[in-house]
Amino acid sequence: MKSKKICKILGKIGKYAFLGFWAIIVLFPFYWMILSSLKGYSAYNSEYIPKFFTTNPTFENYSSAFTTVSLGRYFFNTIVFAVITTAVMLVVITLAAFAFARLEFKGKNIVFTLFLSLMMIPNELIIITNFVTITDLGLRNTFTGLVLPSITSIFYIYLLKENFEQIPDNLYKAAKVDGTSDFKYLLRVMIPICKPTMITITILKIIECWNSYVWPRLITDDSDYYLVSNGIQEIRENGFGRENIPAMMAAVVVISVPLIILFFVFRKQIMTGVQKSGTKG
Amino acid sequence: MKKKLKGWLYLLPAILFLSIFMIYPLIDVLIYSFEEGYNFASQTHNGIGLYNYSYVLHDTYFLQALKNTFILVIITVPLSTGTALLIAMALSSIKKLRELFQTVFFLPYVTNTLAVGLVFMILFKKTAYSDGMINLLIKLFGGEAVDFIDGPYWAKMLVLCIYTVWIVMPFKILILTGALASVKDDYYKAAKIDSTPAWRVFTRITLPMISPMIFYLVITGFIGAFKAYSDAVALFGTDLNVAGMNTIVGYIYDMLYGNSGGYPSYASAAALILFCIVLTITCINLMVSKKSVVKGV
Repeated sequence: MKSKKICKILGKIGKYAFLGFWAIIVLFPFYWMILSSLKGYSAYNSEYIPKFFTTNPTFENYSSAFTTVSLGRYFFNTIVFAVITTAVMLVVITLAAFAFARLEFKGKNIVFTLFLSLMMIPNELIIITNFVTITDLGLRNTFTGLVLPSITSIFYIYLLKENFEQIPDNLYKAAKVDGTSDFKYLLRVMIPICKPTMITITILKIIECWNSYVWPRLITDDSDYYLVSNGIQEIRENGFGRENIPAMMAAVVVISVPLIILFFVFRKQIMTGVQKSGTKG
Repeated sequence: MKKKLKGWLYLLPAILFLSIFMIYPLIDVLIYSFEEGYNFASQTHNGIGLYNYSYVLHDTYFLQALKNTFILVIITVPLSTGTALLIAMALSSIKKLRELFQTVFFLPYVTNTLAVGLVFMILFKKTAYSDGMINLLIKLFGGEAVDFIDGPYWAKMLVLCIYTVWIVMPFKILILTGALASVKDDYYKAAKIDSTPAWRVFTRITLPMISPMIFYLVITGFIGAFKAYSDAVALFGTDLNVAGMNTIVGYIYDMLYGNSGGYPSYASAAALILFCIVLTITCINLMVSKKSVVKGV
């Protein structure tokens, strides 16, 4: 009986050790980037064996991240891009979800099935023509060109439609009796009820925008329109001089912080949202 | 009549954008891939045929990308799914600190792949000034320092695999923890009354109950890993062909844009080849999962 208890305790210690080990693997890169960003240029380069702490931290790297390279510009661009894309997308998907969930019209089911089947199309297949289309329209290096292809998401239409359908029919009928128009009903009743889902969609879309790299890289070659992902790649290849790693790490910290703050504020929504969505944005 | 129109009106923006940026490109990519000698500047071509496919399939860069992608898929998918299962099981069996661990483990999901990739590059890189963090550890255990970023092929592949696993783990842990939590307590209680040994509970109850989710993760994992690209860029820079670390998706984009770009026909052919590979693998996965997933429990 006693040995069984010891076994159980040992098992528990093992579990915590294992989880702790993975936590270190996850957190170590974050620790390292903050640490390196606080080291002075000469201090960093004189360490043949990297030190795990720094005795005299400096914030000089952070100011050079904003002055030597246009990190502020990349930041601003990304915020503009994320806000426009998310806002327009919300309008488009809300209207579509409402039509699918509440309105009756011929061909609705066919269109919905068509939408669902489009969900399986990988981005790599359509990005080639989109690149040509945007180039032909002369929209390279513009926000319009950046935003246009990503303002519809079939998956989010589907998610919102499911949510809309959970609202009882009686509410809709009562509103009809009162003479409320469909649009007013959507605005005053459905959207407020489905607010949690809409917030989740908004946050997931913002994360997606913040991390998007491929499309912005194709469509922008003028550094005035770079987003943070392209900016960081630019900094790596041309900014600072390749050896100024502390300054580079300061830029990495600055880029990572907004999303991490967003994550800590909306942790629950993000995690349940991702669990539902099932794809990495 | 008016009511009918209304539905379409609400759908109009979505249909408009989808037609221009999804349905039309889908048809167009097929056309591109069969147009031989397409010229981007004059938008003309000189024939229809399979030349683009044959060019891509004989291109050494494409074959290298194909090889890299397959190695990446074969290593990372089982490794990440297995580790995620172990972590999710450990998470489900503890109470203290559980939420904290869950939060920490999810962090890589909300980071910018390009930005954190730079940190991995610095951890693994060996320069004239320093051997780097990881080499320090290797030397501590009596090994020899290797440059993982500009060094031998296996070393570069290893870093790419490690970084890919690090990136995909949060999603898998989250899904599997959710799946484990949804297994009904009754089964475990019944097993406890029969004093079933732990490994038997695992193989006969837990594993069958969460097998649909595991297969789901394997399928999405395969699809995701076949589309690997930005992780490689983060580690080795934009010129992946020179580094010998290009992926299929990387090859598509290089054909489209950049120093080697301007060939949408080759890019389209490569994209369709990728699509066929992913489709085949997904179908195989679905067939296997249909046979092995326990239904109706």
